[in-house]
Amino acid sequence: MTVALSGKEIASQIEEKFPDSIEESSQESLVVKSDSLLSVAAFLKDTGSLKFDYLNYITAVDYYSYFEVLYQLTSLEHNHSVIIKTRCHGRENPAVPSVIGLWQGADFQEREIYDLMGINFTGHPNMKRLFLWEGFPGYPLRKDYL
Amino acid sequence: MTTTEIVTLKTEPFVLNFGPVHPSTHGVYRMRATLDGEVILDIEPVVGYLHRGIEKLAEERTYTGFIPLTDRLDYISPMSNNLAYCLAVEKLAGIKVPERAEYIRVIMAELQRIANHCIAVGSFLNDCGAFFTPFLYLFREREKIYDLFEMVCGQRVTYNYMRIGGVSQDIPDEFLPALRKFTDKLPGFLEEYDFFLKQNEVLLARAKGVGILTNETAIKCSISGPVARASGVKWDLRKADPYSIYDRFEFDVPTAEVGDCYDRYRVRIEEMSQSLRIIRQAMSQIPSGPVRADVPHLVRPPAGDAYAHIEAPKGELGFYIVSDNSIAPYRCHIRPTSLINLSALREMVKGWKVADLIIIFGSIDITMGEIDR
Amino acid sequence: MEVSSDREDIYTPGELDREEGQVIEELKAKSQEAIPDPDEWLEEDLERNILLTSVDAIINWARRSSLWTAMCFPACCAIEIMAVEGPRFDLSRFGMDILRASPRQADLMITAGTLTWKMAPNVLRIYNQMPEPKWVIAMGACGISGGIFRSSYNVVPGYNRIIPVDVYVPGCPPRPEALIHGIRMLQRKIAGEPVLPDLPQFLQKGKQG
Repeated sequence: MTVALSGKEIASQIEEKFPDSIEESSQESLVVKSDSLLSVAAFLKDTGSLKFDYLNYITAVDYYSYFEVLYQLTSLEHNHSVIIKTRCHGRENPAVPSVIGLWQGADFQEREIYDLMGINFTGHPNMKRLFLWEGFPGYPLRKDYL
Repeated sequence: MTTTEIVTLKTEPFVLNFGPVHPSTHGVYRMRATLDGEVILDIEPVVGYLHRGIEKLAEERTYTGFIPLTDRLDYISPMSNNLAYCLAVEKLAGIKVPERAEYIRVIMAELQRIANHCIAVGSFLNDCGAFFTPFLYLFREREKIYDLFEMVCGQRVTYNYMRIGGVSQDIPDEFLPALRKFTDKLPGFLEEYDFFLKQNEVLLARAKGVGILTNETAIKCSISGPVARASGVKWDLRKADPYSIYDRFEFDVPTAEVGDCYDRYRVRIEEMSQSLRIIRQAMSQIPSGPVRADVPHLVRPPAGDAYAHIEAPKGELGFYIVSDNSIAPYRCHIRPTSLINLSALREMVKGWKVADLIIIFGSIDITMGEIDR
Repeated sequence: MEVSSDREDIYTPGELDREEGQVIEELKAKSQEAIPDPDEWLEEDLERNILLTSVDAIINWARRSSLWTAMCFPACCAIEIMAVEGPRFDLSRFGMDILRASPRQADLMITAGTLTWKMAPNVLRIYNQMPEPKWVIAMGACGISGGIFRSSYNVVPGYNRIIPVDVYVPGCPPRPEALIHGIRMLQRKIAGEPVLPDLPQFLQKGKQG
């Protein structure tokens, strides 16, 4: 049975290594500040006891005042999983660092989020629209579209 | 006396477009392949020709009204999509499904796995050059499964059968005897199939050693399903993170070592036999009782979010639903199995020829409805 | 031979995508109204002052008994077309077992799936590439009016915005029996078409993609 690790437990481990990188943590997930996302993700992937080598999915939700980008990570060896969230405020040019260097499966999913929500992933080698065509007005999945 | 110089000829790579309408791209899939003669240097997939905006439509429909839309996602195995969505909403709302409904769901999901692999293996062999014969034989078996599904819910292709809290109606009395007849005949058919194809020289020459996906690449690219299991990643959600009542059944998970097209084909054939095992056990253990929990038609889950995933025939299919206590989801995201499996295509085809590209693409088994949503 | 990597691209990266995007936007702006259906053959009381000769009858019989389908199957209705081609509902008994990949050798287009604005220029191009005489069957609810996805931002509300449709087959997806009924209806339409008086017109029709 895949154990969904408690957000608070992981948060305390991360706080030791990277102080001031966690915004909030709860039983189900933890929220990381977007500028320390890459270092926290690398720590989660490489540490022996955690070893989150499999990225399940990336998605984004539009909560009017901020966008929330969600990552679920699983460790195939230890059979546990965790959910990490990060927020970006402002609707004009939201940006989040790309984790494609760590997990290559993030490639198409980040392009999809850029296409439908407009969140830019800095560091992605091919940040183009995936489903809609160049010149499509707006970002359809935002709450203020149409 | 003139001296001659040896001049090396230079060639240029050129970009060939495998358009959205192509006999061997399964659906409207387009790729731009950079070729050096016949050898592939790089490919760039272009998708979105079937992007219907299902995730946006989810915010307009009620929870129950979204179930027909989930059928059209991976239209080759709609029962699995229904199941994954209902599991996600039930997890969010904390609904407990009655026992008989759980067994019916397992039987439907495993029958759907067999039906999906019929088309997957059939079109893979189609691409290999066995023009239509194995495909039509497997389609004959799929028609028998269509008959079983039609007995239950009246539809051949898009079922809309599962509901939040169970299934929409009970199975009729003639279903279980017909299912028993089907499960008795299928192993004989699979044996006959293996007899012709397992050691077939053409298949071995075209598929063995072609398009190898290593273990590390599979994990890095988040591949799941038979494609990952053929590369040695022993990860099956029915064993690793059992959902529904899969922990009560005994079955094996076939894996392979090398990760070439032939291994992916063998893994799918073995999975069909294992699904039969699960169906037989479920048929013998199925209890009587209600088939649907007492859930209002307009479900209002409490505010929050939940993610539920299943081992769909193509891989890990998951639904992430955010609710704000209204009758429609606030956000519904679908983890697209085929889109994520497609990201391995680039790694697998570099250095192979154009004919191999078609076979490697066919062996991943994608559906455009799931990629584009 | 060595491969030179310092080649000059005809299009800069991104420019090709922008051009294709412009084509899609132009087609969307042009297709705001449905193309009227060619359905005069249904008028029962239309005075038939055109005589169908026996030559017409033979040509029409040949045309309707060997319809070759152009392959353009975006979505779920493609499964039912596969089923119709299968051993149970055999389509080759109507002469239609050839599914040509090349539209230049086809005369029937069965639109099996939802049409999106991104795909629309490609479908129009395939329709234009088919030589006359050609017919279109709109299959499924998505083909008739956009179906269950009509309110989406990327879905064309019916194929008749882009190409003229001869027969509509409702269903989601239509059962194979319904599709065969639609094909038989199209065959009745083809049987009633006068060929010889229109032959000079056919010879004059130049623009075929």
